[in-house]
Amino acid sequence: MTLSAEAIEAAKIDALAAIAGSDSLETLKEARLAHVGERSPIAKANQQLGTLSPEDRTTFGKILGQAKSALNDALEARSAVLERERDARVLVEERVDVTVPARRTPKGGLHPLTILTNEICDLFLGMGYRVAEGPELEAEWLNFDALNIPADHPARTMQDTFFIEPRELNLVLRTHTSPVQVRTMLNEKPPIYVICPGRTYRADELDATHTPVFSQVEGLVIDKGITMADLKGTLDHFARSIFGPDVKTRLRSSFFPFTEPSAEVDFFFNGRWIEWGGCGMVNPKVLVACGIDPEEYSGFAFGMGLERTLMVRHGITDMHDIVEGDIRFSQGFGSGVK
Amino acid sequence: MKLPLSWLREFVAIPDGVTLPELEEAFVSVGFEVEEIEEQGVDLSGPVVVARVVSIENVEGQKKPIRYVGIDCGEAETRYVICGASNFAVGDLVVASLPGAVLPGGFEISARQTYGHTSNGMICSARELGISDEHAGIIVLQSGKPGEDAIALLEIRDVIFDIAINPDRGYALSIRGLARELASSLNVTYTDPAKNVNEKKYDINKSGVQVTIDDSAAVSVIYIRTISGFNPNAQSPIWMQRRIAKCGMRSISLAVDITNYVMLELGQPLHAFDRDKVSGSLHIRRATSEKEFTTLDNQVRKLSPENLLVADEKKALALAGTMGGLESEVTSTTTDMAIEAARFEPMSIAKNSRFHKLSSEASRRLERSVDPALAAISSARAVDLLIELGGAVHVGSATAGAVPEMAEITFKPGFVAQLLGIPVATAVVAGKLKIVGCSITDESKAEWKVVPPTWRSDLLTPTDLVEEVARLIGLNSIEGRLPVGHASATLSPMQYRKRGVANYLSNVGFSEVYNYPFVNQEMVDILGFTGPRAASFKLANPMSDQAPLLRTHLLPGLLEAAKRNLGRGAKDVAIFEIGSVFRDVTKLARVGIIPIDERPSKETIENIYASVPAQPLFVGAVVSGSLDRDGWWGKGRSFDWSDAVNQALSIIELTGNVGTIVASDLAPWHPGRCAEIQVNGKAVSHAGELHPRVLESLGLPPRTCAFAVILSELPLVSVKRAPLVGTMPAATQDVSLIVDSGVSAADVEKALITGAGDLLESIQLFDRYNNLGEGKVSLAFTMTFRAPDRTLTADEVSIYRSEAVAAAANSVGAIVRA
Repeated sequence: MTLSAEAIEAAKIDALAAIAGSDSLETLKEARLAHVGERSPIAKANQQLGTLSPEDRTTFGKILGQAKSALNDALEARSAVLERERDARVLVEERVDVTVPARRTPKGGLHPLTILTNEICDLFLGMGYRVAEGPELEAEWLNFDALNIPADHPARTMQDTFFIEPRELNLVLRTHTSPVQVRTMLNEKPPIYVICPGRTYRADELDATHTPVFSQVEGLVIDKGITMADLKGTLDHFARSIFGPDVKTRLRSSFFPFTEPSAEVDFFFNGRWIEWGGCGMVNPKVLVACGIDPEEYSGFAFGMGLERTLMVRHGITDMHDIVEGDIRFSQGFGSGVK
Repeated sequence: MKLPLSWLREFVAIPDGVTLPELEEAFVSVGFEVEEIEEQGVDLSGPVVVARVVSIENVEGQKKPIRYVGIDCGEAETRYVICGASNFAVGDLVVASLPGAVLPGGFEISARQTYGHTSNGMICSARELGISDEHAGIIVLQSGKPGEDAIALLEIRDVIFDIAINPDRGYALSIRGLARELASSLNVTYTDPAKNVNEKKYDINKSGVQVTIDDSAAVSVIYIRTISGFNPNAQSPIWMQRRIAKCGMRSISLAVDITNYVMLELGQPLHAFDRDKVSGSLHIRRATSEKEFTTLDNQVRKLSPENLLVADEKKALALAGTMGGLESEVTSTTTDMAIEAARFEPMSIAKNSRFHKLSSEASRRLERSVDPALAAISSARAVDLLIELGGAVHVGSATAGAVPEMAEITFKPGFVAQLLGIPVATAVVAGKLKIVGCSITDESKAEWKVVPPTWRSDLLTPTDLVEEVARLIGLNSIEGRLPVGHASATLSPMQYRKRGVANYLSNVGFSEVYNYPFVNQEMVDILGFTGPRAASFKLANPMSDQAPLLRTHLLPGLLEAAKRNLGRGAKDVAIFEIGSVFRDVTKLARVGIIPIDERPSKETIENIYASVPAQPLFVGAVVSGSLDRDGWWGKGRSFDWSDAVNQALSIIELTGNVGTIVASDLAPWHPGRCAEIQVNGKAVSHAGELHPRVLESLGLPPRTCAFAVILSELPLVSVKRAPLVGTMPAATQDVSLIVDSGVSAADVEKALITGAGDLLESIQLFDRYNNLGEGKVSLAFTMTFRAPDRTLTADEVSIYRSEAVAAAANSVGAIVRA
């Protein structure tokens, strides 16, 4: 090609047309090679610059520079357009149905008794209680005697309590979590603030509302100047936390060997009074048996069945669901994440 | 205790206009739970009248006996009705409901055609009137006037309370006791029925049957009153029958009804002996000579020498306070009787009752303690009624023992406020104690002397008195206050661990279950448990002979739960349990009787603790089915032995511990697919696939996997130093080794780690090829090296690799795969 302004202009127009006419990144690449590549007319013209007089070199250098710049701009612009088109196309092609069930870890779940126990423990931890636990297979003395339940008490018969053979071992499956309270009082000095959750046993046949293996949570406070007002306030707070802020509680006089005065605690839920558990001021005899001076300290204790609490709160109508281990039951409660 | 409002009204001045809910609340507020309220006659309206049967004509040709009965209802003309019952004769008095009457259940009576006659009313059974479940025949009255309103005569309209009585309140198993409670709750006048009796009029003399207390620990006071000339044909009056029925007992005969009536009214059980069957005087003694005894329910009962008896000079007459004997029972011809009223010691009666599994109305009261002052009063009241209703004559009375003095309680009235946390005026304290029946001396002083009434043997300490005051002022008058405990309350590390493990498993697809810890020997045998896992504790009184042992492992319960789920159609089951197990593997201390009047000594407490076996805490899991289901993405994958091992290891690592895997053949796992995981050289876990034969025996799918970790055996790892985070480039080296197939990957890895030196950052098995033959396998590892301070050169890293390979060659005979 003979260098002339016209020829360069013609090459540029050809090139621009080719760029503009590219309909894909591939044809654009071909157009780039043909019109801007090493063998393109513009590149060849550029190679000729060295043969020109300094004056012409300046003139044609400028013209060529402008042409190359125009072509590069055009390439870049076209490339951007084509890339956007390609991206849009690919993204459309890669579209999936996001509603198909995903591949995932099978569902698991905590048993609601665990969730409830954790909830109660956390509530009382926040009130400065420790969580105390103890063995399920327990010394008869800790389960009964120390709680002022004498040897001939009806609760200690085989009809109610599971005994281990031989009887001389004096071992029972604990009938309540109260022996944990006794252990706490024997091992620690007041002030004592503990909540005791755990599995308990009584020789009842399994039916819709009973189970021989059940769960309790008990609370024990021993401190100076503890009164029944402290008990009432604690139970109110407990009930509201578990059943909702509008729940009311009432105390009814009752009898337990290990508390005096003793009361049953009911709560008003869904329009009726429901028995929740037992409570009272720790019987001074129990304090004495544990070496706590009843002149200096007083205390309260309360205990509730967790199954009953669950049944009321979650509308469970049959105890079998709680004890049979059907995975659908636990899965329904998930992991208890709020 | 069931009791009718009509009877309560006799002793409690219940104001007009007090509603049933108010009465219920009155009982509840003083600690008496109302289990049921039955309103008898509320849906009954007359005319229901007394009628005399004047004629009976059998209607022939029916499948069942049908009578066309003429009755005199006090009207001008005889009325005729159809009746299906046959337990009456001409001349009997019956109850007839006449057209216009409405019986319970909305049953309207009208004249109607039936069995070819017009029936102009209906003769009623007790059930049709809604007063009992009795429907064997129609009611036949002992007295009444034709035309008289039967609703009033039978005292049908009444309210019957069923009240739960706490075991410390024996006195409340009576109209007397509950009337007192109701009166004090309503703050109205109370009349003590015991005060209506004049027991002094019956002389103590030698004329009747005499009595001696041989065992003075078993009875404090007893009265025996002898009567004669009782008319055995005399019937119980309707009012007495009805009251007994309303209290849930049956009318039997006048003599028996009188003893029951007095018991219900006052709370003192009475027993009537046939005077002619008593030889000489009565003795209260233990069953030292007799081996067996026939009670009046015609049961022959084997006696224990501990059993307390009422005997005469020759033989046993009654199981004291529990049930009378068949031989000395009052019969339809008895005219002379000895009436016994005794205050037996509660424990003796409780033992009698429990030994013979015989709980009677008498034993229920006596084992809860009966007012000792009632022995004299109630026996006199019974004699009054025998004379009045049965034409009897008092022959003579005898007594032994005495009403014990009630112990005085020293009491500071301020103690009430101190324990309840609310101010209670001294006058209120005194008032409430007096309502209960206590007498107070030194009332003006700071310290009172309080003597409880004879019927409150449960009141022994100042706290007992506070309980009474609290009960009567109402526990709900106490304003709540929220005490706060320790500032630093947290969960213990083991409690955190339990929660962490449960949360982890529930988030990786496991469902938590709580199984009963009861198993049987067959399961222990199927699972092949030996050693500590076969050392089961046995229950003396299991729920079922099918499961008398306590679990030594979580697997039995988990396997049963898995089976239950599969049986209910579940395809993939992954369940876990966290719980204690019980193993009879240590010699346990024996504890004798330890009194509770003071804290036991340090040694005694340690001995008590040593009498209880350690109960390790396990987490266990059973998995059957897929880890990952088949789906639109392709094939899924079954949960296999390696997943079980991985989960067990993950739990160990959750606690910050490092587990080492070794091969194991522990039952019930597959002997070639069981990993034992050790921490610090101690086995803490087993995991893998279960033994095919175990799965077959239990009816579980093949390839079911299981793992267990002893959570309480995992050491608590104290807070660790933060790891160094190297920022220099890492260099990786792959090595492929051939070893005997018996060599475990863990051992090869261990050797490589030892040889590779300190700069080895991690090592990962990425391939295992076992088709080499000749009992060889190929294991391929990627080793990553990193130096904290420089970029490692290729030459340096290949030296470490060679050293690692050399160590593996040395230790497990590994050779580099070409």
